[in-house]
Amino acid sequence: MKIPSSEITPEHIYHARPQSRRRFLQTAGLVAGGALLSACAPSYVEPSPTPIKPEKPVTAGQTDELGDAITGYDAITNYNNFYEFTTDKQAVARLSAGFVAEPWKVQVGGLVNNPKTFDLDELRKITPVERIYRMRCVEAWSMVIPWSGLTLNRLLKLVDPKSEAKYVRFETLLDPTRLPGQRDRSFPWPYVEGLRLDEAMHDLTILATGIYGKPLLPQNGAPIRLVVPWKYGFKSIKSITKIELVADEPVSLWMKSGPSEYGFYSNVNPDVSHPRWSQSSERRIGEVIRRRTLMFNGYADQVASLYAGMDLRKNY
Amino acid sequence: MLAWTYAKITKRPNLMVFRIFVHLAAVLPLAHLLWDTWRGNLTVNPLQDWTFRTGDWALRLLVASLACTPLASVFGFKQAITVRRALGLYGFGYALLHFFIFVGVDYRFAFDLIWDDLATKRYILVGLAALLILIPLAITSTRGWMKRLGRRWKTLHKLTYLAVPLAVIHYIWLVKADLRDPLLYASIVTLLLILRLPVLRTQISQFRQRLSGKFLH
Ligand code: HEM
Repeated sequence: MKIPSSEITPEHIYHARPQSRRRFLQTAGLVAGGALLSACAPSYVEPSPTPIKPEKPVTAGQTDELGDAITGYDAITNYNNFYEFTTDKQAVARLSAGFVAEPWKVQVGGLVNNPKTFDLDELRKITPVERIYRMRCVEAWSMVIPWSGLTLNRLLKLVDPKSEAKYVRFETLLDPTRLPGQRDRSFPWPYVEGLRLDEAMHDLTILATGIYGKPLLPQNGAPIRLVVPWKYGFKSIKSITKIELVADEPVSLWMKSGPSEYGFYSNVNPDVSHPRWSQSSERRIGEVIRRRTLMFNGYADQVASLYAGMDLRKNY
Repeated sequence: MLAWTYAKITKRPNLMVFRIFVHLAAVLPLAHLLWDTWRGNLTVNPLQDWTFRTGDWALRLLVASLACTPLASVFGFKQAITVRRALGLYGFGYALLHFFIFVGVDYRFAFDLIWDDLATKRYILVGLAALLILIPLAITSTRGWMKRLGRRWKTLHKLTYLAVPLAVIHYIWLVKADLRDPLLYASIVTLLLILRLPVLRTQISQFRQRLSGKFLH
């Protein structure tokens, strides 16, 4: 993707030593209230190669590129949909507290020339990125979350997809002893999600390993999860153990359990209604007044071209 | 008036205690919700808490009101009849609050969005139907209307048998994954309606009388 020049971090910051760059970001966050960063669309923050110290999140006071404030860490970590633990959003944090996410392996294979199983250290070595994204849940609530991780396209380039590969299929860990919600037989576990290859290769699509500069907590999908900011939250599959390149459109867990409600694409779209929740408006966590939902969750400029000529009402 | 109430209390103290208890039990959830709001004990999605908790209590109280008649006629707990109207009205009150939170607080009277939801969400439609049915019942719940309508009052108030199941369907249709709670309500309501069938009602109460007769001899 072409990034407009205004979005690129100024050179003197880019070339600064990691330490001072980090300090600059802190100062920018605190003093300028993120004014510099909010000029970006979306907020590309050049990553520091060393992990950011949890005690001092660089993100305090920052906003996304639309000027929306970042949601509080407490809310992000205590209001979660993660049915592998429970369907009760408030209880996920408590029930997932003992989940051990390390060691962890992510198997990347299928229609690729170099199948490879990555451990977390190998994944951390892939150029890290930080992104502030809006997360729009299909249940009509939303948050603004500062992620850290890597772009999915970097990982996919390492395994070198074959030309027959048209889709990417993701799978969550299947282990009912560690993920007790998987004992609930009403869902076809494991959680499966999918993207078209061009969606997966899009620069906005990331694999996140951290929030607020801290490693992901179990409730947020530790140790590694997908983040596709222009799609409803359930597409952003958590605790991934398997990434597979495939020729045919994968069938996700939600497509299996509610085919009329959840389609493959599940792009945020205020014009396609859902039988349960308003998709034309949403409640931003921390705000009382509803906001209108933006097409592609506000990322239309970057992603609308992926769907040129497609009937988005049919391909919901 | 006071003397009359006093006479009633002294004549049937247990009944008064029971009635006071029911009124408290019906008001307490609202007080609790206000308290939690005041103390910041709600979740990060407080409006949803308000919607859920008022909806839950509307349904619970309506079901409780529906339980009064079989409790009296089948199980002989006659006092239940004395709180039937109050429970129904409290249930309606919570439903009204639930509705105003939706229209006035959540959607801020943005009628294009409300209309959109009404047109695309069947659970909103049946919820609204339930609420609309309850309005004439609440209005005619007074003694004056009871007298004025005579026999037709009873017929009119049979509409609860439609309103409460509609509210249950509202609940079933809005749930995303865990159907246990709405299905529990569905079975309770079905049972309460079945117990009204004349055949069953007389059979069970005869059986009960026979039982208690045995114990007496
Ligand atoms: C007699 C009338 C009604 C009763 C008894 C009732 C009951 C309920 C119940 C039990 C819930 C679920 C609470 C939970 O999950 O804990 C609920 C949710 C809800 N109700 Fe109602 N309701 C009624 C009428 C209405 C009406 C008229 C509307 C709007 C026009 C409405 C809108 C909603 C909404 C928006 C939700 C939340 C859905 C969600 O976020 O998933 N209800 N109601």
